[in-house]
Amino acid sequence: MADEGMTPWKDLALGCAMTEPGSSKSFNTGDWRSRHRPVTDRETCIKCGLCWIMCPDMAYTADPDAEGYYLWDSYYCKGCGICIEECPKDAISWQEEKEEDKYGPACGT
Amino acid sequence: MARRVGLEVSLACAEAVKLCNADVIAAYPITPQTHIVEHLSELVADGHLDAEFVPVESEHSAMSACVGSAAAGARTFTSSSAQGLALMHEMLFIASGLRLPIVMAVANRSLSAPISIWNDHSDIMAERDIGWVQTFAETGQEVLDLMLHAFKVAEDPRVCLPVAVNLDGFILTHVIEPMEMPDQAEADAYLPPFVPSQSLDPAAPVSMGMVGMPEVYTEAKKAALVALEDSYPVIKEHWEGFAEQFGRSYKPIETYRTEDADTLFVTMGSLGETCMTAVDEMRQDGKSVGQVRIRLWRPFPDEDFMAAIAGAKNLIFIDRALSPGVAAGPVATEMRALLYTKGKNMFTANFVCGLGGRDVTRTDFAGMLAKVEAAAAAGNEITCEMVGVKE
Repeated sequence: MADEGMTPWKDLALGCAMTEPGSSKSFNTGDWRSRHRPVTDRETCIKCGLCWIMCPDMAYTADPDAEGYYLWDSYYCKGCGICIEECPKDAISWQEEKEEDKYGPACGT
Repeated sequence: MARRVGLEVSLACAEAVKLCNADVIAAYPITPQTHIVEHLSELVADGHLDAEFVPVESEHSAMSACVGSAAAGARTFTSSSAQGLALMHEMLFIASGLRLPIVMAVANRSLSAPISIWNDHSDIMAERDIGWVQTFAETGQEVLDLMLHAFKVAEDPRVCLPVAVNLDGFILTHVIEPMEMPDQAEADAYLPPFVPSQSLDPAAPVSMGMVGMPEVYTEAKKAALVALEDSYPVIKEHWEGFAEQFGRSYKPIETYRTEDADTLFVTMGSLGETCMTAVDEMRQDGKSVGQVRIRLWRPFPDEDFMAAIAGAKNLIFIDRALSPGVAAGPVATEMRALLYTKGKNMFTANFVCGLGGRDVTRTDFAGMLAKVEAAAAAGNEITCEMVGVKE
């Protein structure tokens, strides 16, 4: 475990309270993925948004540059595969990823 | 000015909470704690105490409501016993983990089975590791005084921890005792209004009770552990302040006739009073005995205890709870570990007595001493013996 996001015990707020919003950004939970990432084929994608709706952890966000499509967040996706399971057009599939590429650019961009 | 009153101890406990101007009381009735919360509910209903009384559906809810109200910055009180305390179990850790200054009176009662409403310490001994400050009262006056002290300690910005005041069920809760009842001005002088060190305030939002990932859990626990250890000087300071204002002094470890005593009884709670009388009688019979009473159970005052027993040869640990599957009762187990770490090698005996309301008399203490004298002479430690078991 890297010490990313770790705080010395004396610096923690009283009762380990969170005094600022968005603290989960300090934790790279994308490293929970194991060797595979979901990749969307935009040729097949019908922009239904089910990947965005069904993702239990908000790893998909609307693509500001391509309306109807969604961007995938390599830093946040845990690799559960629910988007692959739910995609009605099988537009999302597993792609092997090497450890060094884990936090590479989101697909479809 | 303080009044001298004759009052049932449970009612005195409730009156103390009123003197402390509690804002929120969330409690569920359980024998022998019932009179405490019953009287508080009357005080609130009759307009004598401006507080919110939350009649919850269980003790788990009681402590949950207390966590919420303390987090919102309200001075918060609850009380429970036995199965009720056990039902609070998981929430007790949350109260201390979130550093919320809740005060609870625990009317000590035995845990089932078999069902028993009577007194022993099995309820609180199962909650030793909840991270709360824990004190024990021996008399009704002490209950009253420790209640004021509890809020004072809990809310001190250097502490910010919940405090449990233990009083023996029935033996204390249901006894009418003469005591000094401070007036409101005196109580206010000792305990100023609660200024929370941190609260749920929309103007300065914080989140409490967040998930602690492996990256933070250890550090959070370290911080809470040190907070409990560091509460010790504050606890003492506020007892000293109490003595200055009210003239009644309290110490983490109390001693009685320990000077020149070869053998010391180590007691907690109301049994200390019986033991004290027994010590007087045994002294009259020429026995070299004294008594040590543990008032502050958490954080345990190691140095005070070691100083109190420094001159003794034999220690008799009285436990009022079992710790099944280990060699002795909870108090003896901990105290022997302490002696070992301090390099103190001495004769120790452990007696478990007074379970489920079984009376412990002066004669019982004399019997324990006789056994200890014989065992010490023969060099046989009394690892743990249950007193008075009918064979």
